[in-house]
Parts: sequence; structure tokens; C-alpha cells
Amino acid sequence: MSKKSTKRIDDTPVNRLRRTRLYIPGNNPAMVQNAVVYGADSLIFDLEDSISLDEKDSARHLISNALLTLDFEDCEVTVRVNSLDTEYFIKDLEAVVPAKPDGLLLPKTQSFDELIRVDNLISDIEEKYDIPIGTVKLMPIIESAKGVLNAEKIAEAPRVIALGLGGEDLVADIGAKRTKLGRELDYISAKIILACAVSKIQAIDTVFTDVNDTEGLYEATLRAIELGFQGKSVIHPSQIEHVHRAFSPSQEEIERALRIVKAYKDAKKKGLGVVSVDGRMVDLPVVRRSEKILKWAEASQHKI
Amino acid sequence: MYIQTGVRTVKIVKSAQAGSLESCDILISVDPAKEGSGIKINLESPAKTQFGDLILSEIKEVADRLEITDVKITAIDKGALGYCIKARAETALRRGAGE
Repeated sequence: MSKKSTKRIDDTPVNRLRRTRLYIPGNNPAMVQNAVVYGADSLIFDLEDSISLDEKDSARHLISNALLTLDFEDCEVTVRVNSLDTEYFIKDLEAVVPAKPDGLLLPKTQSFDELIRVDNLISDIEEKYDIPIGTVKLMPIIESAKGVLNAEKIAEAPRVIALGLGGEDLVADIGAKRTKLGRELDYISAKIILACAVSKIQAIDTVFTDVNDTEGLYEATLRAIELGFQGKSVIHPSQIEHVHRAFSPSQEEIERALRIVKAYKDAKKKGLGVVSVDGRMVDLPVVRRSEKILKWAEASQHKI
Repeated sequence: MYIQTGVRTVKIVKSAQAGSLESCDILISVDPAKEGSGIKINLESPAKTQFGDLILSEIKEVADRLEITDVKITAIDKGALGYCIKARAETALRRGAGE
């Protein structure tokens, strides 16, 4: 096996805006070539669950060619490959990695060791195609109890810039009941968010499956943001605006964030350590949070 | 053991197809052909006058890349872009080659 590296070479992809990532079935050319128009921050071309077993090859070829040819503008472009334990996995990698997607979503990830194997396989392909090692990032999806318990190690693995979770599979695996508010996923979500925080990567929430219930989606997204998720996966373009609406800060929040960031900068210039805004002490974590609010506010003005 | 002849070709051993008749797609069917008969493509497309040659060259390019010299191809185009034409050709040819 190769000795290639395992460091996160560039940490900018980690911090990019990822409020919505839209799943697109990988064998539908009309949807693939229109994917960019819906305004999602990130696109996921799916080779896994939305593709029947006898069309795995055609979806793989379609996405590989699409990535090489089409312009997806500002969208982050990712591919959900089939899981490591399937016969499709290595073929997916060989077809997709040379086309340099921003990242790969790895379904059913359970352990750090799996990610080391995947890292090595990708490095071999990158080397063969003269792509700088580490170009293609990884976004594991945790879908089992075992994966949840290993979340901290998974978050530390090479190339990993975000963790997601598969709500339906997890609920089935732990034997819970699926509810609208998703209380059964609270501990799991919190654990994944903590693991991401330690490794300074993003946690992305699971999909909201009822496409017609847009208010339910909005409420679920507000709740996800409160818990610490940085984004939500969506399965239909119509869901995007409702998730973005939830991520869009209120005018009050924006103004307060602006005051905090300004006060902090002024204080720094004057060499003061602590400042107060609206009568409350402001320290670095508060400033960071304010910066994030401003980033979301800015994004909301561009596209909602 | 294979005897090195210097000419490597891939044979189409069975009929196969890929793609669909949905909008923006193309349905490509391949059939085995006699050795030495070459790559024969029969194209049906609403944009045949403007883009017929381009579509044919895209399909041919894929066959060449896969080192396939003899095959009968039928393509029914529903307005597919180049990336899709190449992808469907690759899938159909690989399936026909028994992959």
C-alpha cells in the first residue's frame, strides 16, 4: 500500500458554505445538466440508492462524463458512490476520481480503517492521473450505531471535510421510532456534531423525507441549526428555499452581529482584550458565531 | 498466454443497449458485426441536419478509445448533449463487449 499522505492539505473546502446539498439521481441527464439552476450550495450526484443494480454502470459513466464536461458554476460538486463493501465501489472511484469532483460521499461509513483504505485507493488514482494528492475530499455518511460510536475517529480521517448522517437507516439500526421532530436522533446528532467540532469540520443534517411538508422542513432545519448542523441534505429542488430561509438570519441578528464584529475589531486595534456590546461581554467565540451569521446573511442575499 | 500481435481490439460479443428515449437522453444499441466490417452507425435525431456529424463523431470517438473496430450501432437521439452521448456509447459498448 502506498505511503501517501494523509494530511488535510488545504482547509478552505472545509469552511465553504454548505447550507443545502441536493441529491440528484445519477442516471438522469435532464436533471444532471439542470442541477445548477436550483440554487443549492452543493450538489450530490447519486450512484447509490437512486440507481438500480442494472444501471450502476450507466450512471457511473454519465456522471464521470458530466463532471469532465459541464460547468456547475459556484456549486460544490460531489458524488455519492456505492459503499466500500459493494462490487461497485472501486469502479465508481476509478470512473469518478479522474474527473476531480470536490468530494465523495461515502455511505454506510463505520470506521476509521475504512477511510484509510479509501484514502489510499484515491491517492493511487490521483497519482496515476497527475492530480495533486488530496484533491478529492471525503464526506462520510454515518448510518449505523457502530458508525456513530466511531464518529470521533471518522472525523479525524484523511480528506474528511464533513460528516452526514442517514436518519432512516440509523433509526432502524437502533430500533427507535421515526418521528416528525426527530427526537430519536438527538443524541446521535449531538455526538456527530461534537466529533465534527473537535476536528473542525462540518456536520450536515439528514434529509427531510416528506417533500410536501415545507413548514415541517423549515421547523426541522431551525432545530438542526440550533443543535449545530451547518447544512441539510435535500432530496427535491423545492426544499432548497425552505432550508435557506431557515438559515437566513433575522435583521436583528445581522445588526447585532455587525456591531459585535466591529466592536471586536476596534478593541483589537486599541489593544483591548475584552469588549462589551449591548451591555454583554463579547469574546472570541461570540465573534466567530457573529461572523458565521454574517456569512449566512450574505449568502441569503445572493440566493434564497 | 496471449500471442502479442501488436493490434489489440475489443470484440462486441452480444447485443446491448444503454440510455433511454427520455428528453435530453439518447438510446444507443450495439450489435456484433463481422470482422473487418468497421464501425457502422445508424442515427436518428431531431437535430440530424445540424448536429448529425457531431453526434456520429462522438460515438465513433468512444468506440476508438475502447479499441472496438467492428460493431453495428443504432442511436435514437432525444436531444442529448455531448457528455451524455459519450457516456451512453461507452455503457452500451462495454455491455456489448461483455463487461
